[in-house]
Amino acid sequence: MKLIETLLNGLSIGSTYAMIALGYTMVYGIAKMLNFAHGDVIMVGGYMIFVTMSAIANPIIGLAAAVIFCLLLGITIEKIAYKPLRGASPLAVLITAIGVSYLLQSTAQMIFGSAPKMLILLDLGNLEFGGLKIPVYTLVTLGCSVVIMIALSLFVKYTKVGRAMIAVSEDKGAAQLMGINVNGIITLTFAIGSSLAAFAGFFMLLKSPSLTNTLGAMPGIKAFTAAVIGGIGSIPGAMVGGILIGVIEAISLTIPAIAPYTDAIEFLILIVILLVRPSGILGKKRREKV
Amino acid sequence: MALLEVKDLEVYYGVINALKGISFEVNEGEIVTLIGANGAGKTTTMQSVIGLIPARHGTVIYDGVDITKMPCHKIVHLGMSQVPEGRRIFQELTVYENLMMGAYSQKNDNNFKEDVENIYERFPRLAERRNQIAGTLSGGEQQMLAMGRALMSHPKLLMLDEPSMGLSPLLVDQVFEIIKDINKDGTTILLVEQNAGKSLAISDRAYVLETGSIVLSGTGAELATSDKVKKAYLGG
Repeated sequence: MKLIETLLNGLSIGSTYAMIALGYTMVYGIAKMLNFAHGDVIMVGGYMIFVTMSAIANPIIGLAAAVIFCLLLGITIEKIAYKPLRGASPLAVLITAIGVSYLLQSTAQMIFGSAPKMLILLDLGNLEFGGLKIPVYTLVTLGCSVVIMIALSLFVKYTKVGRAMIAVSEDKGAAQLMGINVNGIITLTFAIGSSLAAFAGFFMLLKSPSLTNTLGAMPGIKAFTAAVIGGIGSIPGAMVGGILIGVIEAISLTIPAIAPYTDAIEFLILIVILLVRPSGILGKKRREKV
Repeated sequence: MALLEVKDLEVYYGVINALKGISFEVNEGEIVTLIGANGAGKTTTMQSVIGLIPARHGTVIYDGVDITKMPCHKIVHLGMSQVPEGRRIFQELTVYENLMMGAYSQKNDNNFKEDVENIYERFPRLAERRNQIAGTLSGGEQQMLAMGRALMSHPKLLMLDEPSMGLSPLLVDQVFEIIKDINKDGTTILLVEQNAGKSLAISDRAYVLETGSIVLSGTGAELATSDKVKKAYLGG
């Protein structure tokens, strides 16, 4: 019984990581850059929910506001910070992304202060049957994430724009020769990634109600780890990696002897997987151009 | 009337002057070839005309429109299409999906099925392999796919960059036959080739490119018999 509870908890944490990892992996696949400010978009989404909830006490409207705000934020960040660096050295882009990350954190601290904000979104209670005690938020998180991930996969595989995303991720030049607006596809990718981050922020606040300006930092790094484990650039890889990290985290937290080392264990697994499969579980080997 | 008119085109890679002000034109219905050695600037010309590499000076007029500063994807929507050097098909997509990408610029999808059938008719190998992942095709099949993909957008001007590269002699002949066929069906062709003999034989006109400048031009037959071309490009 305990195992099932732990597993469900892990799946729910993992699906939150997967939502964040999708943003990392899609942006990497299409814009070929690591957007280290991605985790902080989660935090901005959190504060947006907080602000909306203070005005209108409705979590769904809060979520909607956060999704829209983060979507616009993602597009703006790309336009102002990253687009001028197209073609610049990857190091310049990386430093810029770290700068954007600090900018977001500091701005949030200036506006909301450094004391944590408490925000009870929804008390969904527990579901009990047959000795099983399952917090309802885990089911909500898991259910929503699964629906979003399926929708995203179908979108990429079966729509014209989705296939254009695959084309851009494989060969930008050839994609342009097809008449694809590559800059438009990159903007769209940032928009999708950032709105998924807003969902992740919502799920995190459902689980624990404390909101600070570093809310997104650690989950951001873990989700990035998940994306690399799954194979950076691969959408199913981000899902698998996220779920894997979440389940490992949940199991590790229930074993008192190793619980304090949970974060270390997750990163250790990253190292082990990369030693065995350098391109990640579902990652592709780099094909040589002939 | 010139479908494509290139005037004083200059392209730089950093400080390196890759094209030193070249001018040429392609008239409607023609097959025009640019020949030249490796590094002469053939691929640069192709990529610059279609907007993948910016021009520093000069103008490119296509179908009466100044496209010099236009981004590549917009030029493609005007009815220009290119089979790039090295084919650059989408390796992870199937043959069919690659053809779908080729039709990306088409506004209505009504003719899509018919267009795909036409491509399969022209390239029967692609029909056999329609659901195969494109990266697993042979070199010749990949070239056919690249050409089929470029034709899906119904181009008025089709540009082919080294379509015979890396193919067996038998396939090379086949590719040139197909290019002639495509032209006969009403598509204007701009061809870049190292295989000067075969390309001059099918060309209405041709230009010789040497280290970023056009040094010679004339009809295909004229150039094929010119001493300079024979010596430098035809091994005679």
